[in-house]
Amino acid sequence: MRVAYFPGCSLQGSAREFDESLRAVAARIGLELVEIPDWNCCGASSGHAVDHLLSLALPGRILALAERTGLEDLLVPCSACYNRLVTTRQDLIDDRKVKAEVCELIEMDLKLSVRVRNIIEVLKEVMEAGNFQGIQTPFTHKVACYYGCLLVRPHKVVKFDRAEEPQTMDEMMQAIGAEPIDWAFKVECCGAGMTLARTELVAKLCARILDDAEGREAEAVITACPMCHANLDMRRGDIEKAAGRKFDIPVMYITQAIGLALGIDPGRLGLDRHMVPVVFKSMQQQPGVSESPA
Amino acid sequence: MSLQTATVENSLAEELYRSTGQSVARCYQCGKCSAGCPLAAETDYPPSQILRLIQFGDDRLDQKALGSLTIWQCLTCQTCSARCPQEVDLPRIMDFLRQESWKRGPIHPQAKNIVAFHRSFLGSIRMTGRMFELGMIADYKRRSLKFFQDVLLAPKLLMRGKLHFLPHRIQGTKAVQRIFDRALEKKGATR
Repeated sequence: MRVAYFPGCSLQGSAREFDESLRAVAARIGLELVEIPDWNCCGASSGHAVDHLLSLALPGRILALAERTGLEDLLVPCSACYNRLVTTRQDLIDDRKVKAEVCELIEMDLKLSVRVRNIIEVLKEVMEAGNFQGIQTPFTHKVACYYGCLLVRPHKVVKFDRAEEPQTMDEMMQAIGAEPIDWAFKVECCGAGMTLARTELVAKLCARILDDAEGREAEAVITACPMCHANLDMRRGDIEKAAGRKFDIPVMYITQAIGLALGIDPGRLGLDRHMVPVVFKSMQQQPGVSESPA
Repeated sequence: MSLQTATVENSLAEELYRSTGQSVARCYQCGKCSAGCPLAAETDYPPSQILRLIQFGDDRLDQKALGSLTIWQCLTCQTCSARCPQEVDLPRIMDFLRQESWKRGPIHPQAKNIVAFHRSFLGSIRMTGRMFELGMIADYKRRSLKFFQDVLLAPKLLMRGKLHFLPHRIQGTKAVQRIFDRALEKKGATR
């Protein structure tokens, strides 16, 4: 499968291991990523807080650039970018007047022909087509599949899985040998973009998420969102302060878990870039860079 | 009173309807949005009460909604709209209220840093076309005066290669700047 690829700003900075692990996995499973040239930021949560037209025009430019690749699908791994792009596309399909305004702003035409796809559906499609071949070291861990809020909502627009109690990531984890737990925080918000301005609130929300995941004996939280990862991993100190207790559970991107199952070197998956070391309770071993054969 | 939307003329609710197509009259105050809102307990008005405030079409209550902390603290997680039996698009309404509050005030004093964050974030995109984390954080510290926030975290991120010292300037930076300037000038929402 060949798709246009929009990494987004986080994947070039604080979430670079998401990009690294995605590229490593993609090369293994026959998914060709064509990065769209000269892409811009989608505006994230600040764009739509300040101006509606701006919040449509920034993703609009990205959609226009994606169309120029001539590919049918646009893969957007970051849940936040995905949500902005998929919502913008629908808004522009629904309202021709706004679409004209956006085209004028971005100085480009829009056919809105490219489908915006999230990482879970694309990985599932490609790996299912290959019958999940290439699983060398099954990822035999109890995991908490954490979808977050932006991957499954609004249901009418994303048309992906279910808005409550989604299953696709759980099925993917099962397919690579993991045991997804039943838990209450699959689609609860981590606090997202408030991480700088309202750190204490983010810490409180994240503490609830980790508390439930650990309480139900998950060995790792699996996510597909750079903001969820940043808040649960980078903010671990703040979370522990808010909760008054320690949390050991690591937080991994879905591509890192799949990568390990495919036998890809942990270093190439960026596992050493996390703040919380990726150590699994059941095995008491760390798939660290030093221990793995290159 | 407009029969179609059951809103008072020239009220915030009417403006909301004109610019977003969302009618506050649809809400019958079941409270499901507030029950599911992750921040309902951490703010001044839970989401259903924000809607209630603007349902009256009373200027004094409209000002309360615009000056609330809720509209700025809303995470746009969309739990409310996913569960609303009337399909009220509350995240879209929150966007509208933020945009109005940004343009003409009042802005809740405790939302100051959230607004500062949005300015720093958008300023970063306008400058280079992409969000430059280190630059954005530095600008946010300047605006919020929170100079010591996360100083211990930064070296750990640098060690892990997660913070870049230099921004990546896209070729289309000028095009992105034109998008900003024209979109914001249309609405008179610049700074």
